[in-house]
Amino acid sequence: MISYDSIQELADKAKKKGKMISELVLEDQALQMERSREELMEEMRKSLQVMAEAATKGLTAVSKSASGLSGGDANKMRQSVNAGQTLSGKVLSETLAKALAIAEVNACMGRIVAAPTAGSCGIIPAVLLTLKEENDLSENQVVMSLFTAAGLGMVIAKKASISGAEGGCQAECGSAAAMAAAAAVELMGGTPQMCANACAIALKSVLGLVCDPVAGLVEVPCVKRNASGAANALIAAEMALAGIESTIPVDEVIGAMKAIGDAMPKSLKETAEGGLADTPTGKKIARDILR
Amino acid sequence: MNVFDIIGPIMVGPSSSHTAGAVRIGKIARAVSGGQPAVVTIELYGSFAQTYKGHGTDKAIIAGLLGMAPDDERIKDSLELARELGMTFKFRKSQNKEVHPNTALISAVDQTGKKTIVQGSSVGGGRIVVNRINEINVKFNGEYYTLLIPHTDTPGVIAAVTNLLADQGINIAELNMYRSHRGGEAMMVIETDQAVKGEQISLIEAVKTVKKAVLIEPIY
Repeated sequence: MISYDSIQELADKAKKKGKMISELVLEDQALQMERSREELMEEMRKSLQVMAEAATKGLTAVSKSASGLSGGDANKMRQSVNAGQTLSGKVLSETLAKALAIAEVNACMGRIVAAPTAGSCGIIPAVLLTLKEENDLSENQVVMSLFTAAGLGMVIAKKASISGAEGGCQAECGSAAAMAAAAAVELMGGTPQMCANACAIALKSVLGLVCDPVAGLVEVPCVKRNASGAANALIAAEMALAGIESTIPVDEVIGAMKAIGDAMPKSLKETAEGGLADTPTGKKIARDILR
Repeated sequence: MNVFDIIGPIMVGPSSSHTAGAVRIGKIARAVSGGQPAVVTIELYGSFAQTYKGHGTDKAIIAGLLGMAPDDERIKDSLELARELGMTFKFRKSQNKEVHPNTALISAVDQTGKKTIVQGSSVGGGRIVVNRINEINVKFNGEYYTLLIPHTDTPGVIAAVTNLLADQGINIAELNMYRSHRGGEAMMVIETDQAVKGEQISLIEAVKTVKKAVLIEPIY
C-alpha cells in the first residue's frame, strides 16, 4: 500500500520497479478500494469523456454566466487559433482555448470534473486533451496519465491543501498545474523523476498566489487563471523533459506551499475581501451583482 | 481519500460547495419530506445568502428537491422545471451567526399540508452536514443509508430498533440519539452499511413510541 506522504517516494518506488507512476497508483488504488483495475480505468475514462465534452461545448459557446462576468472568451481564443494568429504556437494556444472553455462551462453551470476542484477544472484536461490531439496518443494513455495526476494530487492534498479557502489559489490552480505537468511528462515518455521535477517546477512558479474571487464567484479571475495554470503546466513539463531539475525537492516545495497558505491572511483565501475582489472595479461588480 | 476525490466528482459548476453541496441538501430535504413537496421556503445564511444567485445555489437546492444529482445538466433550468411541476418556492436571505457560513434551512410543505424542516450546511468539496430535522438538532452527512426515527424518549426504544436491524443482518456504522428534553421528543439517527427494506421499516414503525421511520439513500 502507498501512504501518499511523499512524491519523491512515489517516484523512487516507480523507478525501482521499472514502472510508471500511473501504474503504481492504479495498482495501489485497486487494492485499497477493493475494486478491479478495469473498474477504476472505466471510472476514470468516464471523467475524461466529461472533460472532453466540456472542452468541446465551451469552445463554441457564446452564452454568458448568470452574473454576466464570464463566457465567450474561449470562443474568441479558438477563432484566433483557427485563423493562425497565434503568438506562441499551436500547442500552447490550443491549450489556453480549452482551459478557458472548460472553466467557462463551469461558470455557466455546465457539467465538469473537479480536478482537483471546480474552480481549477480546466487545467488538467486542457493540457492532456491537447497533447492527445497533437501527438496522436491513445485514450488509454491519457486515462492512465490521470492516475499520475491524481496520485500526486493526493500527496498535495494530504501534506498541504487543494482548497482555496485553506491555501489560496496556489492550492487550487497551482496544484492542478503541478498535477497536469507531471501527467504531461509521463504522457510524453519522461521518467518518474522528471514527473516529480515538473510537479515541483510548476508549484514553485505560483507559490503565494492568492484566492481573491470578485463578488465571491468562481469567475474573475478564476477563468483566466485556468489558462495561465495550463500554460504553467506546459512550461514546467517542457523544462523537466529537457532534463532540468528542481533545486528544491518536490516534497519541500509542497511543505513551503503549506506554510505560505497558513501564513496567508484570511482576506486572501476565498473570502472575497482582498486582492482583486477589493479593487474599485471588483467592489463595484460585487455591489451590482449582490444588489 | 482516493483518486476519485482528486479527479472528481463529475458535477455541474460553478462551485463544489455552493452548487454540488447545495443539490445534496435539497435532496436530503426531499427524502425527509417523503417526496416532492408542494410549497417550499428556503432561508439562506452567510455566503449562501451573499452569493446564491451567481453560484446558482437557488437552482441547485431546487434541483435537489426535484430529485436531481449534482451532475444533472438540468440543474440550471430547475426553477422553471419546478414551476412546471407545480412546486412553489421562495428564497429568503437570513442572518444567524451561530450557523456555518454555507447553510440553508428548507421548510417543505407537502400536498397534505404536512411541514418538514431540514437544515444543512455545505462544508467544502461538495460534502454536507445535516444539522436540523424539524425541531431537533442532529448531525449526519448522508454518506451511508440513514434512518431517521422520531420517537418519544422512552427506555428500551433503541434496543428494540437495533434488535430489529440485527435480526435482518444490517450493520450499524453509527448511531446517535438526540432529544429535546428527558422524556420528550427525540430522534434516532442510524447510519447503516446496508439498505433497510420497506418491510423492515414497517417493523421499526411498529415499535412502541416510534412515530415514523424514514430512510435516506446515500447521496455521494
